[in-house]
Amino acid sequence: MAETGSLNMIQALGNALDHYLERDETAVVLGEDVGGFGGVFRVTAGLQEKYGSDRVFDTPLAEAGIVGMAIGMGLGGLRPIVEIQFADFIFPAFDQIVNELAKYRYRSGGQYAPRVMIRTPYGGGIRGGHYHSQSPEAYFAHTPGLRVVVPSGPYEAKGLLLGALECADPVIFLEPKRIYRAAKGEIPLDYYTLPLERAQLVRKGEDITLVAWGAMLHTCQEAVALAEGEGYDVELIDLQSIVPYDLHTLVRSVTKTGRMVVVHEAPMTCGFGAELVAAVQAEAFDHLRAPLLRITGFDTPFPYSLEDHYLPSAERILRGLVETIEY
Amino acid sequence: MAGLPLFSILNEDGSCEEAYRGLLTDEEVRQALDAMILNRILDRRLLMLQRQGRLAFWMTSRGEEATILGSAASLLPDDPIFLSYRELGCLLWRRIPLPLIFNQLIGNSRDLCLGRQMPVHYCYKEWAIPSVSSPVGTQLPHACGFGYAAKMRGTGQVALAFCGEGTASEGDFHTALNFAGVFATPTIFVIRNNGYAISTPESSQTAAESLAIRAEGYGMPGFQVDGNDLLAVAKVLGEAVARARSGGGPTLVEAMTYRMGPHSTADDPSAYRSDDEAAEWNRLDPYERLKSHGIWRGVWSEEEEATTRATWDERVVSTLAECERHPPPRIESLFEGVLETVSPQLEAQRDAYLAAHRRRQQDEFEVP
Repeated sequence: MAETGSLNMIQALGNALDHYLERDETAVVLGEDVGGFGGVFRVTAGLQEKYGSDRVFDTPLAEAGIVGMAIGMGLGGLRPIVEIQFADFIFPAFDQIVNELAKYRYRSGGQYAPRVMIRTPYGGGIRGGHYHSQSPEAYFAHTPGLRVVVPSGPYEAKGLLLGALECADPVIFLEPKRIYRAAKGEIPLDYYTLPLERAQLVRKGEDITLVAWGAMLHTCQEAVALAEGEGYDVELIDLQSIVPYDLHTLVRSVTKTGRMVVVHEAPMTCGFGAELVAAVQAEAFDHLRAPLLRITGFDTPFPYSLEDHYLPSAERILRGLVETIEY
Repeated sequence: MAGLPLFSILNEDGSCEEAYRGLLTDEEVRQALDAMILNRILDRRLLMLQRQGRLAFWMTSRGEEATILGSAASLLPDDPIFLSYRELGCLLWRRIPLPLIFNQLIGNSRDLCLGRQMPVHYCYKEWAIPSVSSPVGTQLPHACGFGYAAKMRGTGQVALAFCGEGTASEGDFHTALNFAGVFATPTIFVIRNNGYAISTPESSQTAAESLAIRAEGYGMPGFQVDGNDLLAVAKVLGEAVARARSGGGPTLVEAMTYRMGPHSTADDPSAYRSDDEAAEWNRLDPYERLKSHGIWRGVWSEEEEATTRATWDERVVSTLAECERHPPPRIESLFEGVLETVSPQLEAQRDAYLAAHRRRQQDEFEVP
């Protein structure tokens, strides 16, 4: 039997990077403070020592430069793995990501396809205010040519990161920092991958389908327990891959339950929940027994003092579940 | 005129100091003259084609050929050139077949990029020409990253990136040079200082005396060169390439030149600059200067020019006609290559569209 270890998400991600750097000698880790210090969250700790400062290195402080340089490295035959310190700081690199990285394969007719992975901590719940809390998945989901992946625990983080690193497409890998150091999971220490673009059925249920990703999955689990106490049987799905997304699993679930609630931290308007609601109603309209509901952050910038009100709570989710079931 | 050439090699009569004769071989001088002639034929004809509505867009490069060709001539064939957009001459120097160039401009089924980008957004991997994009300056950090990869993998390649003086105002210019300096990448940045960013004169881009002096702030050598003197460009670039290849890191070159034509077919330079100014630059025409040099060297003549022009004229017309006959790309290709495989979402969109398209076609052929 393969060896396992008790790792939190940060350790799981570091372990995945270690495996991949070992396996692929073209792999290079770059970003701000990722070298000697190991990144502000210490995901890359120890990697420079092991793989050298040509392969794991600090860059000048410029996100557009980091991503732009990584694209060139990809064109030159390397496999760059970028860390952007916080997802909130990714916007200076937005042009390089959406206009360059995302389009390179398409616009060159497949002649060039730089394989660039961008990892970045995202999401709220750490009292970080606007600039350390945002959930930008929808911006990237709207750009053809990118994959967007969000793990929800240590096991998923390692498997999805390695799956994404094996994939030939550019990936925006959003790491829910609120649960970086939350509960450890017993995970295989060997190399393993999880398939991209597949949602995970976390819990089977008959009454309603609840969909979330990242840290919100854990809040949803609390809500599911509360709902269970009130006699409701909730089916919980972890979307995992935002783009491309696993519509099939959602439709199969909603066909059974007739109801769906989508939960995310980002603002409601044009959030990724809007896409899921639109796609599911188009496929499962005849099976619906209630309007599909979104429970999300508000259409405000992410707040500091009142973040507990902004973030969907287990109680808010429970209310949405009950209202939808009793519609 | 302010900012005119600091470093030139060619004298007015086409002669040069004996020491500089070896910068280019006789054959390279002939190749550059040949490419310049073709470049000008294309400039004229494609501008016309755009006016006739047969081409969506064209960007002229008349006046800047010495900068462009002199840079290309200093590289080896597998050194990537990150084009800005105006450097048709690089394609001609690398002898990319004319049909491949026209297929890109037309966006037909034989375009290597499947008609996905508007004209002049070239990409030819086989000739080490990565893809061009419209937002200016984005290619500069790519050249730095490619240089890093070349250095790390020990390929010996040097990455060259072009931009205009307007682009030197972009953030990507700064980050690219800063990164290249920090990582000592084998990357060469060539600014084609052609006087205008569309209608905005150079004086509105920078308060500095030159752009080349910025190099010091990035920890690399910087040079200003007479961009209409192909030998001078080849000299400065040749040294920069040798330095980069031997581990000496990046170089910034500011080539002082002039855009004789409009920025693009959507532009009218008479609205923002005087004829006198253009006439003055005309005296420094890069083709005429290299032609005098070729004649002085005894490797070029009026007859040769006439024959070359006639040959290209004829080939351009016939090749264009042939390329215009190819159909547009397959409709299915619209949906391919976004990611490595077609996503389920896109697959659904494709199937629905193609089914509807086929129904429409059937309806058209049905006899009522």
